[in-house]
Amino acid sequence: MTEGLKRGRHQSLYFDYPVFPFTPPAEMRGERSHHKVAVVGGGPVGMVVALELARRGIASVVIEAADTLAEGSRAICFSRRSLEILEGVGVADAVIKKALPWTRGTSYYRNRPVYHLEMPHSGDDKYYPMVNLQQCWLEQFILDRVAAEPLIEMRWQSRVSDVRPAGDHVVLRVDTPDGEYSTTTDWLVAADGARSAVRRALGLKLNGTSYEGRYVIADILIKHDYPTERRVWFDPPSNPGSTVIMHRQPDDIWRIDYQLLDDADEAEELQERRIRERIQAQLEMIGETADWKLDWFSLYKAHALCLDNYVHGRVIFAGDAAHLVPIFGVRGLNSGLADANNLGWKLAWLVNGWAAPELLGSYNDERRAATLDVFENAIKSTKFMTPPSRGYDLMRDAVLSLSLTETFARPLINPRQSVPYTYQDGPLTSPDDPAFAAGPIPGDLPVNLHLGGGRYLLDHLGAGFTLISFGPPGGQVRERIARLPEPGTVVVVGEDVADPAGRIAAVYGARQGTAYLVRPDGHIAARWHAGVSVEALEAALARLKIGNAEVGHA
Amino acid sequence: MLESSLDDAALERIYDALAEALDRSGREHEAVFLAKLALTLAARLGNEAEILDAIAIAERDLDP
Repeated sequence: MTEGLKRGRHQSLYFDYPVFPFTPPAEMRGERSHHKVAVVGGGPVGMVVALELARRGIASVVIEAADTLAEGSRAICFSRRSLEILEGVGVADAVIKKALPWTRGTSYYRNRPVYHLEMPHSGDDKYYPMVNLQQCWLEQFILDRVAAEPLIEMRWQSRVSDVRPAGDHVVLRVDTPDGEYSTTTDWLVAADGARSAVRRALGLKLNGTSYEGRYVIADILIKHDYPTERRVWFDPPSNPGSTVIMHRQPDDIWRIDYQLLDDADEAEELQERRIRERIQAQLEMIGETADWKLDWFSLYKAHALCLDNYVHGRVIFAGDAAHLVPIFGVRGLNSGLADANNLGWKLAWLVNGWAAPELLGSYNDERRAATLDVFENAIKSTKFMTPPSRGYDLMRDAVLSLSLTETFARPLINPRQSVPYTYQDGPLTSPDDPAFAAGPIPGDLPVNLHLGGGRYLLDHLGAGFTLISFGPPGGQVRERIARLPEPGTVVVVGEDVADPAGRIAAVYGARQGTAYLVRPDGHIAARWHAGVSVEALEAALARLKIGNAEVGHA
Repeated sequence: MLESSLDDAALERIYDALAEALDRSGREHEAVFLAKLALTLAARLGNEAEILDAIAIAERDLDP
């Protein structure tokens, strides 16, 4: 029986890996070719940036070194916010159809439950707080959209070997099976992962903290009947001293991550025989006797590292190329998708000549602040999941032991699952209107509400800016929104969306005339309690670097 | 069940401070450090019944 372990190309037990051929591009056929945007890295972050650009009319070329999709499950937990972002680029439905939703988790000390995680979920939420899906499936679904998009050219088996910024453009050298070629681009998005070739070519370094704690992460194929939730065992009898995490994935695949002890020999631990023993012990501990097969495994170390700046002239970094985040708390790819969501519309507006160059600087300000916030939480989770010293080891054991009977200690076990970052202090965000007593503040995401019949309030948001107005806005305001270069949407609560019980108004702290301005990436830019004048709207747009004064129309 | 008057953020900061103090004490002195800390907190608390109750809680589940 052939199992899916890596011997040369990965032979998966559940995923049929496509092989994408190399096709000589225009540059190698002697044609002149200059790109508006080149995206280096054809992973989820790079492809979502390309889709965000394409929906705003910007063509891009995506340059990917590999000839297939992500090997193994890799990122598996996707947040509600990530699903909203994927909805924007037309991928959410395919993900939802395949992924396994979940809301809860249990942490065990030895073999006794010490903590229950319950993530908020109500009928007003369109998506579950978390879904599990192998990264290869996610990439397949995004690629299906990309393939249907004539504005995106995918270039497989193409490895970027050099990047030279040259004033108003960037020169790239690309290594292919048929030899090298050079090309030029106005903008380069580096989404080429943890070992970013673009980062290396520019001589940039990630700064922060790396952790010593090592985890083996493995996928197994097994008919194991247990609800989809996050299960964690601290110091389990199956693997004393270790921490073991189990997550269900589609296709009867289970992800088992376990910590290696500090004195464990890495070469010995990475032998299949050893991995099988450890997984078998864990399955026996939870009473599972079914046969299973090992599909894939990898060694993981936690890092909290990022670039000092995500924008270097015309080169912009996103995802793992910009920051490495510990896996504990599911922030890796989720923050990468948030990068793509934040960057996509800004770069499109800039390339189209609709915005001042400072708009791009706000990508660095907002997303780097988000990364630092993620670090703060992820570092706390990491210190609990892989205690970095004897002192942290003792404290963790104390908290776990106390938590068996004492509630006060339990919040310290909270895995701090990722939550969307608020751009409250960002340069694009208008100060809040103090007249509000309730509702989401500028920088936040708007609150979703179920309107009945499977329709949700946020389904009404457009691809560009959206003004949510409680009662009709003034004619000049409506006209200004419609006249934005990527035409805006006005949603009138009480007309476009019925609110007979005043539920929406209550959640948004609204009175007659109240208005919320929502950015193309779904964050609130400004809100006005007593109504919005065209002058106030213009001031908010100026802060967004898209006011009339700054924009040189192309 | 013990009632805690600390909020979660304070509890987290204390967790870190204790871990770092334990590291500074080192393996050789960590037990004495904790004993001193317990006595100091007892003196601050000044309520014998509550202190004896805390000792009972801490003694529970040492090897669950």
